[in-house]
Amino acid sequence: MPYANSEQTGDRQTVPVAIKILVAGGFGVGKTTLVSSVSEVRPLRTEEDMSEPSSLVDQLDGVERKTTTTVAMDFGRISISDDLVVYLFGTPGQRRFWFMWDELAYGALGAVVMADTRRLADCFPSIDYFERNGMPFVVAVNCFDEARRYPSETMRSALNLTDDVPLLLCDARQRASSRDVLVALVEHAVARLSSGRHVTPAR
Amino acid sequence: MTRANPWRAVRRAYGRERLVRPYALTAGRTRPSGATIDMVALVTVARSPMGGGGAAEIMSELGPEHLRLLRFCSSRSSVADLATELDLPLGVVRILLADLRERGLVSIHQPVSAGLHDVRILKEVADALRKL
Repeated sequence: MPYANSEQTGDRQTVPVAIKILVAGGFGVGKTTLVSSVSEVRPLRTEEDMSEPSSLVDQLDGVERKTTTTVAMDFGRISISDDLVVYLFGTPGQRRFWFMWDELAYGALGAVVMADTRRLADCFPSIDYFERNGMPFVVAVNCFDEARRYPSETMRSALNLTDDVPLLLCDARQRASSRDVLVALVEHAVARLSSGRHVTPAR
Repeated sequence: MTRANPWRAVRRAYGRERLVRPYALTAGRTRPSGATIDMVALVTVARSPMGGGGAAEIMSELGPEHLRLLRFCSSRSSVADLATELDLPLGVVRILLADLRERGLVSIHQPVSAGLHDVRILKEVADALRKL
């Protein structure tokens, strides 16, 4: 997204276009691996108010006054040119982290939902979220060596995906494979835009 | 804005101790002042705290983390970049940046989502990613 020239006048230097892409999915599905295979990844710390559901999950005995929790996201940056930067945010997919997603999703180009065929249900909350919010997303099935392979149609129906959502197989360890997932997402966003569908989620 | 310098109390309490809780760095505040700061907003230095009128007063209001942050801002980074560079939580960096903005030291360029509706820009992104 291009930047609006903000409150400061007289600043005429060009500011780069920033594209924000989310990488979501269950615990251990390969989000960090995917982000780090295409970019230099660094942990981004957020200290957020604890949501109601998390206060039920997080053990708070002895620290009852604790009202914030530290969540680390994988943050990757791909500098395409001086004027164009792609930011990747690898975010925990559990429903109790949704409070962070609304902000992450705002102004994002789209999302990659990563799935593992051995624990397919782990990505349901992510798919739910992006379907509800209307943001373009692709599903990337990370092909772990030891995991069984299934035909795409079987996985699509298990995930209850609509026909227009791309589903790809990938190996998050491979740069080329991770890159193809990102390209598929951007192409999907272009296709949706060309067909006149709304892209930016409403806040 | 209060005239008293809250940082002095923080420094007195912690001395040279590095283990400072994040919200000690923000003098207990949990929300930044002024307009919302997006995590991919671009930050640029607007002017040096040493130059112009009121320099001594501005310097006395800033904490060491503000000054560290200012040094990193010269590389035209995003808010998220700054948080990882300084290894500070995003929320803390937002509050410190809002302080700097309030004093006219940095410009924060909020991204607008127009690029997401621009097929030309998206195609450019896809082409560039293919070359990765």
